[in-house]
Amino acid sequence: DTSLAKQKTDIKTEPSTDGFGNNNANDGRVLSASPGSGSSTGSNKQTAAVTPEDQQTLLAVLQFLKKNKLIESVEILRREAGLPENSLDPKATESAGAGSGGAAAVAEDQPDVRVVLSAYSQQGDPTLYEVYYSDLKKFIETVLDCHRAELSQVFYPLFVHMYLELVYNNHESEAKAFFEKFSGDQECYYEEDLRVLSGLTKKEHMRGNETLLDFRTSKFVLRISRDSYQLLKRHLQERQNNQIWNIIQEHLYIDIFDGMPRSKSQIDAMSGSLAGEAKREANKTKVYYGLLKEPEIELPLDDEDEEAENEEGKPKKKKPKKDSMGSKSKKQDPNAPSQNRIPLPELKDSDKLDKIMYMKEATKRIRLGSDNLPSVCFYTFLNAYQGLTAVDFTDDSSLIAGGFADSTVRVWSVTPKKLRKVKSAADLNLIDKESDDVLERIMDEKTASESKIMYGHSGPVYGISFSPDRNYLLSSSEDGTVRLWSLLTFTCLVAYKGHNYPVWDTQFSPYGYYFVSGGHDRVARLWATDHYQPLRIFSGHLADITCTRFHPNSNYVATGSSDRTIRVWDVLSGNCVRIFTGHKGPIHSLAFSPNGKFLASGATDGRVLLWDIGHGLMMGELKGHTDTIYSLRFSRDGEILASGSMDNTVRLWDVMKAFDDLETDDFTAATGHIHLQDNSQELLLGTYTTKSTPVIHLHFTRRNLLLAAGAFNP
Amino acid sequence: MADREERRFAEVSRESVRLMAEGAGVELGDDVAALLAEDVCYRLREATQSSSQFMRHAKRRKLTVEDFNRALRWSNVEAICGYGAQDALPFRSVKEGELFFVEDRDVNLVELALATNIPKGCAETMVRVNVSYLDGKGNLEPQGTVPTAVQSLSDDLLKYYQQITRAILGEDPHLMKVALLDLQSNSKIAALLPYFVYVISGVKSVSHDLEQLNRLMHMVKSLVQNPYLYLGSYVRSLVSSVMYCILEPLAASINPLNDHWTLRDYAALLLSHIFWTHGDLVSGLYHQIVLSLQKVLSDPVRPLCSHYGAVVGLHALGWKAVERVLFPHLPAYWANLQAVLDDYSVSNAQVKADGHKVYGAILVAVERLLKMKALSLSQSAEGHSGAHPGSVVGAASYRVNSPGLSPPPEPLSEAALGIASHLQVGGAGCHWEEWTPVPLPAMYCELYSFFGDSLAVRFSTGPGFGTHSPCTPSQLSNSRKEPPGPASNLDTTRKMPQLTANLNISPRQDGSPRTDPPPPSLSGTGSVRAVPRASSMQRSKSSSSCSRQRSAGLSREVFPKARFTSPQTTPPAFSFLIGGRQMGQRCQGRRPFQTMFATTPPVSAVPPRTYAHKLPVIGRVGKPVRRWTCSHYSLHLPL
Repeated sequence: DTSLAKQKTDIKTEPSTDGFGNNNANDGRVLSASPGSGSSTGSNKQTAAVTPEDQQTLLAVLQFLKKNKLIESVEILRREAGLPENSLDPKATESAGAGSGGAAAVAEDQPDVRVVLSAYSQQGDPTLYEVYYSDLKKFIETVLDCHRAELSQVFYPLFVHMYLELVYNNHESEAKAFFEKFSGDQECYYEEDLRVLSGLTKKEHMRGNETLLDFRTSKFVLRISRDSYQLLKRHLQERQNNQIWNIIQEHLYIDIFDGMPRSKSQIDAMSGSLAGEAKREANKTKVYYGLLKEPEIELPLDDEDEEAENEEGKPKKKKPKKDSMGSKSKKQDPNAPSQNRIPLPELKDSDKLDKIMYMKEATKRIRLGSDNLPSVCFYTFLNAYQGLTAVDFTDDSSLIAGGFADSTVRVWSVTPKKLRKVKSAADLNLIDKESDDVLERIMDEKTASESKIMYGHSGPVYGISFSPDRNYLLSSSEDGTVRLWSLLTFTCLVAYKGHNYPVWDTQFSPYGYYFVSGGHDRVARLWATDHYQPLRIFSGHLADITCTRFHPNSNYVATGSSDRTIRVWDVLSGNCVRIFTGHKGPIHSLAFSPNGKFLASGATDGRVLLWDIGHGLMMGELKGHTDTIYSLRFSRDGEILASGSMDNTVRLWDVMKAFDDLETDDFTAATGHIHLQDNSQELLLGTYTTKSTPVIHLHFTRRNLLLAAGAFNP
Repeated sequence: MADREERRFAEVSRESVRLMAEGAGVELGDDVAALLAEDVCYRLREATQSSSQFMRHAKRRKLTVEDFNRALRWSNVEAICGYGAQDALPFRSVKEGELFFVEDRDVNLVELALATNIPKGCAETMVRVNVSYLDGKGNLEPQGTVPTAVQSLSDDLLKYYQQITRAILGEDPHLMKVALLDLQSNSKIAALLPYFVYVISGVKSVSHDLEQLNRLMHMVKSLVQNPYLYLGSYVRSLVSSVMYCILEPLAASINPLNDHWTLRDYAALLLSHIFWTHGDLVSGLYHQIVLSLQKVLSDPVRPLCSHYGAVVGLHALGWKAVERVLFPHLPAYWANLQAVLDDYSVSNAQVKADGHKVYGAILVAVERLLKMKALSLSQSAEGHSGAHPGSVVGAASYRVNSPGLSPPPEPLSEAALGIASHLQVGGAGCHWEEWTPVPLPAMYCELYSFFGDSLAVRFSTGPGFGTHSPCTPSQLSNSRKEPPGPASNLDTTRKMPQLTANLNISPRQDGSPRTDPPPPSLSGTGSVRAVPRASSMQRSKSSSSCSRQRSAGLSREVFPKARFTSPQTTPPAFSFLIGGRQMGQRCQGRRPFQTMFATTPPVSAVPPRTYAHKLPVIGRVGKPVRRWTCSHYSLHLPL
């Protein structure tokens, strides 16, 4: 078993261990070696003494020396490093550099373009590319059915890399012909990327193309069963198909697993992201998805309702009940992080009051289920000609905020209680600070109005989020800033500058104080309201981060991206602890279930995917929407998932059933190969249409009334 | 590849590049231009792709110039100004130079700056909440149907609907007329039918507004007359709206100045029309209508205007309905009406006036009943003899004489044929034998006992009549039908002109064009069909033309003599005749009114004059009562 594990890791380093000196047969540790050694490039590989990184560095140095005509130094260095004579052959150098170029580039946020692209300088006969590819295609088409689906995964990355290689080496017409011939074979969910590719026919264009850099900087990850992999390898060896073999070695990461090859549907469910599937190790880290222990707050006995019908016995009855509630929350969830894993702000008195309100409301909560659907209220933004881009409700549903394309942020009061500003400093001086109702006295009645507008951004406001205590509002904008607004003065307090590109989304932590933002610069940042610089930078996505969500226990952050993956990050370490692939389009909405165990994600492909965070598994696929899903929300008890979409509908899904129906045994849990049932129609509890209003936000009130919001689209 | 690319992307040709370079004062080589063109294309694609991201995040479906500019700005390219307008930019071409350009007019900034009509700016952005779906499942049903219905309406239809309803319910009478005309002839409004029907069902909410009610009734008429509309089950809804206007004590009728009578008349007219043209769409409709009319009529608590509605409704449904419902009920109802009419107190004035209305309506109804009955007798006789010129004449004359209601021509001709054949095959004849209504003379006698000389129809009650055997009414009517020839009887000759006039105007013979489930009882489909047409005819005539008025006037002038002669001379003989008839009827005795009729012999034994005496005023009222159908002041005339 240990050897197996080793072999797996070895696959990655195979280029270094392959070589003309190493025979396939006598290397027991390595499953296989480079197929054939007849070609000029293949024969120029170096010995296995050095790791690829070192080797690359050495070669680079050698090349540098040679370029500067420092012949003696070259000789000395070569001798010392034990490099072969011909390693200075330019082709060999480049090919070696290519072998680890990707790895070198991954290390940096902004990879050195030249290094990355140099991977393609390898010269092969351009006319043979088609032959190679169709040869492989023929082979894969003839293998057994069970392997075919798995091996077909190779097509897309191979196709892209071969095409780019042709383009890079200025074989424009060959590249076009190659694209023409084989682009039709690719899976339909890569259509977007193919369109980008097809537009690219010149070497000059490759520079600065982000999609391409993504492809270069990361290895495309494939999961293939051992049997299928062996087949592929044997074939390539027999055919001495070096071109393809090199690409596989250099640009693909093949994650080999033992067991049954996966079916086509299993593969399709997980593929579709920009960089292939997630490596299995990527999802092995333990995630403390449990909820934090609620602080113990004494429920006050002077409940008005109780008092109205108060008898002597009532309060007594209530006490044990309250105690049981307390003991329940005292029980430590084994999956929960320790209480102070992340330092959280102290509860203020007002927070406690709010908690009490929350508990009171929770007792009146309607229990939802498949036979008890929520009522839906729709908040329509009228006359929003400037373009409504983001909406948020406060947790107690008393305020609604809208971010607009004209850079404004507007807040409305949903309750009869009007919005008031705090009095001016001069007026505040006159107030008796000792009085009980000082909080009421500081408010300026003259400013009372139903809505307030806040100016400050210089670009469309794409993300908006209320703080849990309703004192602050965050907004993120195209201008690259995240702004913190006070809802007492309705002014901007801080502009957090860090993202230098549009910030697509931001969200407050459920405990306040922290917030997360993510944007076009492909990193998510964790901030604290009192720091002007981010506390953490979560880097790893290959494209824009389109949405960010805090885990209910505030220890994790989930980000969705246009690279079609979802990542979950540990706030404490800043590490990526989960990568979920399976969406076929940019992800635009995320939602954690209230118990913290599950994550739902919605994308432009109109599908909602459900994920088990603990196991890192896909739990279900909800098909039904016909357009981008901009909003997802679990009901307060987590029984129902509501999804709102651009297609003017709100749909309700029976997620409890989805979670229950899924059969997971140890094997599937271990490999992550879930057999998804296509039962979206059974899970769909209701479809609610608006007239002509895309649904861009959803919110369950504390009593489980569903609120939806959007701008009327005349 | 090349054509594939052309399909996918917009291409900028090298000529364009060279032209632009020339515009900037640079001379470009061919290869440079080609390279540049390709690069421009690529950059354009790139910018478009990144701009779509801005669109997605703005949660829009439409890519705007603004999005594109943002993409340019973020890739350090100067943004393009001047294309942010919402409306489409006109794209012009110059023929000579094969040049295409976007029109870019000079804007006079001074004028703009000094403009006095400053735009107000758009309305305040606001949030409105509505409970869309209660308890989720509460709206499960409509959520499937309503939105699809809404969706299926195109914008144009929706606009049409709004315009039409606004025009019809609006102030401008001319606009209304245009709208109604269009509604009557538009062939593409089938999708809107439910909406219009819904609007019409709003009669209940505007019962205080006579004008609106009238307009809604006109709307019904237009819909019913539209040959392209298939009303289907909406007939029921329309009928109930119309019935509402006929029968309900409308809020508008509280004010005596409001002429709700005309509305009721019009609605009754409509009812008959709907029934005649679309009655086959809903089975049992006739029966339902008759039943509800009967119910209202027999309910003494209802106000007189409701009773009036019931009477005109029955009248509109045709003489068979009158015979079936009104006539047997008349004796019972008469007592109530009499009481009202006899009360001369001032407080009763209004009610009394209403009573006169009802009286007049009943009079009109029974008069026609008598005429039609006589005609039907002659008709059936004619049918037996195999010749039916009358039906043809009737159909033709109907066409000419009914300008108010012009039904589609096809059904009409079809109807005429259908009736003829139906009658011939023997429906009518058989029915006649099955159904033995009160014989004409008896009916006449009884009615005469109520109305006295107010009855405009006269039959000979003299010896000639008496000598005829009761089982040969056909002969009687036959002889009557014939143009004034060598008449044996003085009375008959005297009545001739009137009857022939009736023949001309009443198409009652062409009754049922369609073969329906026969009405539950009564004299077969023939009568049912015949009724509405005839009634509508009659109505339109009475309300629009003066010919009938004239004929009525004529009869008034002519018959006063008869009034004194025939009743005076004949009562003994007549009563004898009735007695004989009645015996026969009793033997068959199934009909409810037979028992009521049994009470009449003592009454009829008393000289009818006794009743007539009681109604001297009514007798005088006769003429205005006729006229009220088209005038609104008539109500006060008799008082």
